[in-house]
Amino acid sequence: MIAFRLALRTLWRKKIRTVLTVGGVAIAVAVLVSLLAFDEGYQRSLRTDIDRMGYQVLVTAKGCPYEAATLMLKGGGGLRYMEQDVHDTIVADERIHEIAPQLVATVYDTASGSMGMYVGVTGAHRRLKPWLEFHEGGWFTNEVADEAILGYEAAELEQRVVGDRIFVPGVGKVFQVVGVFERTGTQDDGVIFLPLATAQSTFGLDGQISGIGIRLKEITDLPQFEEDLYDVPGIQVVSMAQVKGTILNLMSSARVLASSIAAIAIVVAVIGVMNTILMSVFERTRQIGVMKAMGASRLDVFRVVWAETTLVCLIGGVLGVLVALVGGGIAESVIRNILPYAPSGRLVVVTAPLLLLSLVGATFVGFVAGIYPAARAASMRPVAAIRSGE
Amino acid sequence: MRETNGTIIRAEGLTKVFTLPAEEIVAVDRVDLEVERGDFVTLMGPSGSGKTTLLDLLGCLEAATSGRLIVLGEDVSNAREDALVTLRRGRIGFVFQEFLLLPELTAIENVQLPATFARNPLSRDEAMELLGRVGLSARAKHLPKELSGGERQRVAIARSLAMSSDLLLADEPTGNLDSKNSREVFELFRRLNDDGLTIVATTHDEGLGATANRSIHLQDGRLTA
Repeated sequence: MIAFRLALRTLWRKKIRTVLTVGGVAIAVAVLVSLLAFDEGYQRSLRTDIDRMGYQVLVTAKGCPYEAATLMLKGGGGLRYMEQDVHDTIVADERIHEIAPQLVATVYDTASGSMGMYVGVTGAHRRLKPWLEFHEGGWFTNEVADEAILGYEAAELEQRVVGDRIFVPGVGKVFQVVGVFERTGTQDDGVIFLPLATAQSTFGLDGQISGIGIRLKEITDLPQFEEDLYDVPGIQVVSMAQVKGTILNLMSSARVLASSIAAIAIVVAVIGVMNTILMSVFERTRQIGVMKAMGASRLDVFRVVWAETTLVCLIGGVLGVLVALVGGGIAESVIRNILPYAPSGRLVVVTAPLLLLSLVGATFVGFVAGIYPAARAASMRPVAAIRSGE
Repeated sequence: MRETNGTIIRAEGLTKVFTLPAEEIVAVDRVDLEVERGDFVTLMGPSGSGKTTLLDLLGCLEAATSGRLIVLGEDVSNAREDALVTLRRGRIGFVFQEFLLLPELTAIENVQLPATFARNPLSRDEAMELLGRVGLSARAKHLPKELSGGERQRVAIARSLAMSSDLLLADEPTGNLDSKNSREVFELFRRLNDDGLTIVATTHDEGLGATANRSIHLQDGRLTA
């Protein structure tokens, strides 16, 4: 206990130096926690987004399949379209549990400066996503009605409730809002759904669709099913598992880069801590000599110095975690602005194991950083130390 | 080997040589010395005469180059560092010219510190009693920077009493004090010695020399009287 009490008092005495050193550790820990929390959050959200698309296979028009999958996840211009006949070709396959054609269109609203995402769907869409529930209202009255169902956030953004009318900019059409979905925590929350045929006529894409989502009866049939579809002309087959893997692979490069930066920040912090504690040891050489004269063993002196580094790193670790927790929201909004595609769930997820790991890691770093200064202090000869200032 | 008589320090042919790149310096040269329990001895001599080095040897802070040294009944002539630490811990008290209190700790915490290293913690009451012996009960909660030079030295003396009730070694204890505070320290040493504490102190101060039971003079590392 005396070691920690002495360490605390010493750190308190040199407040500015302590604050700077603790700040360095805190920044390094905050960066590390944020990166790990982002990694965790991004993967979770991506899995949720893709799993909540409700299909295992996406059939799209020929082109870059991953671009198509990403655009369907995120929205945006540049989508390719294919004939709806493809759906009729595939639908009879006995391995299919659900199959849902959809048309995705995005419209730029010059008034609000935002991009609206419209998705034309059939009744199969609800069977593909059985978790979709209505916050209010219900399904379209028929397949060609000028009606819209809004995702939860889209309804909030447009400030519309069932019975209101909604204007689609650019195409000059007005739709009756017949339903609002409950929040799903996915990209669907920001979508305005229209009947497929209505969407096709509204956006001048009669007989065309963006993609077909398919869920199989048996997941084990997936490889063969995909292979069979390769024979259908003019289409691409994208496994959502592949999409997930590809996006995560793309992110892993950024993750390696960011982890390297975090590692450098930690090394710099460790050097800073060592430097501070070494300075403290040199300044207190005579006191250390007196402690040894009073009967302090090497281990006693080692503990006193070691306690200092451990405390610096522990306090820095706690502060860093707090900064990461408080700054998580800010980091998330910055990341969303930077990334071309970000899943809709929380991107920065700080879990309890991560917090624990960070604190234990910071303390361990303190142990390591303290070894050399503590060993140096412990090895001082009492007479040499006491007479050092004379 | 353990001495059982009243001799608390016995040095025979004690020598300390410092080897520098260009020369060898004989700081203590074949010193024979005995200090009995209850003695109050001052080591006197000009600067560089070897007083402090001899005190360091007697306090087991430094190993002798040659000769035999028995302190508190233990032959420490060839003792290892660990054995010296064990002997110092709780058995030998030190007072230094520059007090060398730990600035982070209050007066009473400074007094309690050596006992902590001896794994025999000093209670608050015991520490207060030691501060009372040096007349500083009222200053127990003060940090060293809040005390005068004389008060700091008295805290250092109380700390040395916590280290040992047998042997106190003081290196120029009044070197940084004015005449009034020096006189108070002499009187304190006198009272402590009267209570049975053995004291060996280096000093330039003739006043302290006169307070002691006997004075030993050094010149060029050798005893002259």
